Order: sequence, then structure tokens, then C-alpha cells
Amino acid sequence: MSQASPVVELVDVTRSFPGPPEVRALKSVNLAIARGDYLSIVGPSGSGKSTLLNVLGLLDRPTVGEYRLDGVSTGELSEEQRAGLRARTIGFVFQAFHLLPRRTVLDNVLLATLYSGVPRVERMSRATAALERVGLGHRMGFLPTTLSGGERQRVAVARAVIAAPQLILADEPTGNLDQRTSGEVMDLFEELNHDGLTLVVITHDQATADRAARSIRIADGRVSEL
Amino acid sequence: MRRPRLPRLRGRTAAPEEPTGPRTPRADRFTVQDLLVEVSHGIGGHTGRLVMTTLGTVLGIGSLVVTIGFAQTAAGQLSRQFDAVAATQAVISPASTRSMNGTETPNTRLPWDAPDRVERLAGVERAGLIGEVPIGELQITAVPINDPSAPEVLSPTLLATSDGLLDAVRGTVVTGRYFDAGHELRADRVAVLGARAAEKLGLNRVDSQPSIFVGERPYTVIGIVGEVQRRPDLLDAVIVPLGTARADFGLVAAEELQLHIAPGAGALVAEQAPIALDPNQPENFEVQAPRSGSELQENVQADINVVFLVLGVIALLAGGLGIANVTLLSVSERTGEIGLRRALGATRRDIAAQFMVESLVIGLLGGLIGAAVGVFAVVAVALVQQWTPIIDLPMVFGAALLGALVGLGAGAYPARRAARIEPIAALRGGV
Repeated sequence: MSQASPVVELVDVTRSFPGPPEVRALKSVNLAIARGDYLSIVGPSGSGKSTLLNVLGLLDRPTVGEYRLDGVSTGELSEEQRAGLRARTIGFVFQAFHLLPRRTVLDNVLLATLYSGVPRVERMSRATAALERVGLGHRMGFLPTTLSGGERQRVAVARAVIAAPQLILADEPTGNLDQRTSGEVMDLFEELNHDGLTLVVITHDQATADRAARSIRIADGRVSEL
Repeated sequence: MRRPRLPRLRGRTAAPEEPTGPRTPRADRFTVQDLLVEVSHGIGGHTGRLVMTTLGTVLGIGSLVVTIGFAQTAAGQLSRQFDAVAATQAVISPASTRSMNGTETPNTRLPWDAPDRVERLAGVERAGLIGEVPIGELQITAVPINDPSAPEVLSPTLLATSDGLLDAVRGTVVTGRYFDAGHELRADRVAVLGARAAEKLGLNRVDSQPSIFVGERPYTVIGIVGEVQRRPDLLDAVIVPLGTARADFGLVAAEELQLHIAPGAGALVAEQAPIALDPNQPENFEVQAPRSGSELQENVQADINVVFLVLGVIALLAGGLGIANVTLLSVSERTGEIGLRRALGATRRDIAAQFMVESLVIGLLGGLIGAAVGVFAVVAVALVQQWTPIIDLPMVFGAALLGALVGLGAGAYPARRAARIEPIAALRGGV
């Protein structure tokens, strides 16, 4: 059913923050992301990248325009419905990893199953599988604080994919990593993309952006294909 | 940052269909079990802080339990000291009606088998009838001498009782014995003397089977009563069996029924005994029975030292404020975590529930520890003072639950704050 429709469809999306002065962070953005796409979004800071990410991630609502996520028109959904949709369809990866420092690696990955409704009996096996998938099967009982940056980001990736989302939103996933680990994390992303996962990477690093099959630039709230 | 409000649909039923494949069962999304696990991690993270947070509640609940526990223990101690007889004694007499000219007429008579009737009731240990026998001009003397010149002495009164009365008023016989059912049934001419009456009549031994005379009728003295807990007039009297009094003096009815009852049976006996005596007109009897234990306790509760109670409440409020403060601090520290959870699909309600339950559990923990400490304090002091510690168990559990309630109240505001956190803003900071 939704196989044919794009995962993400932005129609004339404008997001403005009431002033004074009023700031229009996104200006009439039209964007369609097909299933299995690998898209990078580049742009200087202040260009509206974060706003676009928040809108895509259902963390913010467009002021004007329509956002269809996985075929669902999101404008009329209640906060709770948006939370449910977010849990089931989107996996987040953040620049600062956002792992709970006092919980083990396994617990951190399991956290994503709490709100997305992964059946209880499957939780543990899926978390182990996800951690094995990112190559951290031997680190499950560790605390995130004892891991290297690359390992932490791989935990975050495992957490993002455990609920079998339609879309991975990665916000500067390599921003806190050195060259070599950046490459490793991007390799992991690309493997996941090969397996059919739709991937959106937001970055200001041109090298990272160039790895994507499709790249768009955002500047001053306007989006252009590269 | 303000978000424009788009029209929202009210209620879940009106929500548009979400065509995102098969919906996962609601039962597996953030269940109570999940909530509790997250809460335990949230609380367990900072042990030192947890101790400091619970301390206020511990003190508050502890002082409440100690105050109430001491009041109960002390009350139990008092009633033990001077209530031992009063708590186990009851008296039943016929109700009387005051007539126009001021004389009192009893409405009914106590049946002669009254002791048998009431002793069948649960809680009645012994019962006995007692009544004064009118002897008119007759004198009670040890030797029947008709000496008109002798000064007139006040003769002792003549009382008639059933055989169980001595036990009912917890009297003791110093010498000889009290009469039994056989004497009463046969209307034997036997008598028992009160200690002072015996002294007045010049008798102190009964082994020689002395006689006394009521008028000119001789009665064999078979015992002397030394001490009684009720009806002290027994000590000044000559006591004969009821049957004898009925046969010799035409006694019409006994005056009252004395009962020795089990502790705490007062209310029950007061209700049942009149029915046992006269099922048709139980209202014709007046019962004086000790109030039941719970009534006594209620009275004592009112005596609880108000000052300490107020101090306990104040400590409890301070404890609640402490919980609110720490939870608020924890909310602002965990802004990043809250944002992450929201990004992972937690609703505002999920977040609020997490912090509410966290502070509720902290409060309950404080309440439990406080109640335990309070109980130990009461028991320890009671041990040192050699008192019997008396603590109402429901009160203890109630106090622990009160701690949980305080925690719940304290968590309300921080939980609202946590629920209002916008995930976007929260995710800018770290976890």
C-alpha cells in the first residue's frame, strides 16, 4: 500500500517563529524522500537545518504546509498520536549520542522498545540482534561512559533501528567523531541503507554529505537539490 | 518557542486511521512494568541523594507514629493500673419508675434464675444476685438475750445472695466457706458474716459452728467474708442464701445482679444480658457495664499530645517540600533524558507519570522507614519503662501510605514541569 508512496513528503512547508522580528526558518519547502533513499542535507549553521530535522522528526509542526510521513498526514494528529507515529516510524541518531550514562548499553537500546510497542517477548532478542548488527555484541553490559565515541554512536544506531522504523534521521552523526571512526559509522549507515532502510543524514561536513546517493542543500530556509 | 496550534481532534476515537501497517498491541507500549523499571532506575541512580530526600518524610512519619504510639501505650498503661476491676464488672438492676409522690417503683423483678441465664452468655464469667432482706424490728444477735435494760445496738443488715455472688464481686472468705447451691435449694439456715459484722457480733472462728439469731431463729455461721471488690456493705452484713431468705422472710425479689465479665465484653454483655433475663421486655433492666475497648481508645486518641502531632505534620510538610525540590532538580538535570524519551515516542503523559511515580515511591520509602523507626522507638522506650507497647497496626500502615501520599503531592508540580519540556530544546543539551 504505502510501498509506492514516498516515506517523507513535504508540501510547501513553511516554519516561522513569531518575532519580533519574525524568523522564517523554512520557506515553502517541497521535498519527497522515497523508500530506500539515502539523502544528505547540508547547509551552514543557521540555515534551517535543525528546523527541518525537527519538522521531519515530528518534534515540531510546520506553520504552513503539509507533512506526510509514511502516508499519514501529520498536521491533524494530536500530540499523543504524533508520539506514537514517531516511535514506530522514525529512528533518531544525534550528534551528542544521547545515551543514558547510568544505564548499560543493552538498557539504552531497550529504551527505544518501551514507547514503540515492540512486543515484550521480542524486546531482548531484538536488542541483542541490533547490538550484534552494529558489532557491539561483546559490550552489552558496559556503561556508555566506558565506550569510545565511535562505539557510543554505534549503540545509538542500534537503538535507532531496533523498533524497525521506516526512516532514520541522523543529526550530525559524525560531528563528535574523528575521521576514522566517522568513516566506520558512515559505513554502518550505508550497510543499513543497503538493507532497505531510508536514511537522512544532516551534516555540515561535505565529505560525509558526498557519500549519499542524493544530496540537498539548505540555505536561508530554502532547499535546493545538488 | 511557540508553536502554532493546528486544529486538533478531540478524543482518540475520532482520530484518523493510521495506515502504518499492523498496529502494535497497546499492551506492549510503556506498560506499568516498564514504568516501574524506569522509575527504579531513576531513583536508584543517586543513592546519597535518595537518602537525603527521604529523610524529611522519615522524620515526619516517624514522629507521627511515635506520638500516636506513645499515646496508645500510655493509655493502655493507665487503664491497666486502675481499671482492672472496673473493666470487668457489670451490674444489672430493674429499671424503676418514679411515681407522682416521689417513690420509686421497680418496673420488673430479676428472675431467681438470673445468674444461670446470664452465665450462659459469652463474656460472663460469674454472676450473683443480691438483695437486702427487710427484717423490721428483729435484732441480729449472737446470743438471744431479752434484756430491756441493755442499750440498743445497731444490728447488722441482713443480705441474701445467690451462691455465685462472692465470686462475682471477687470477695474472699477468711475463714470457713461461702454457702453453695445446695444450701440455697434446701433453704438451709446457714449464714456467712461480713468481717466487720463478725467483729461486732464477737465471732472470729467458725470451726465450732457458732450460731447467730435473727430474731429468735438460729442460723449456723459457716464462714466469714474478709474482703470484696464491690458491694462493701457485704462486710457489715449477715449474709444468708436467697432460698433461705425467701422461705424465712418472704423475700420478694433481689435488688441487683452483679456480674464478673471478661475484659472488653462490656458492650456485648450490656446488649445481651437484658434479653437473656427477659426476652419480652429487655428494656426493663438497667445495665452498668464498662465501655468497650474501642470507645476507651477513641477517648484516648483525643488526648494525644496535640503539640507533637503538629510537629510531626510540620516535619512531614518539610519532607514533602524536600521531595518536590529534589524532584524538580532531577527534572532539570534530566532535561536531555526527557527530550530523548520524547524523541523515542514518549508522550507528555508518560513523562509526567514517570516523575510522579518516582516521587511517590520516594515518599512511600520514607513512609515505610519512618513507620518502622517509629515502631522501634515506641517498643524500645516501652521496654526500658517496662510498659506494654500498644501500637495500632492499621495506624502504622496508614502512616506509611501517608508518606506515599505526600510523595505524590510533592511530585505533581515537577511532573508538570517535566511534561512541558519541549524535546527540541531538550536535545540541544547532553544527557
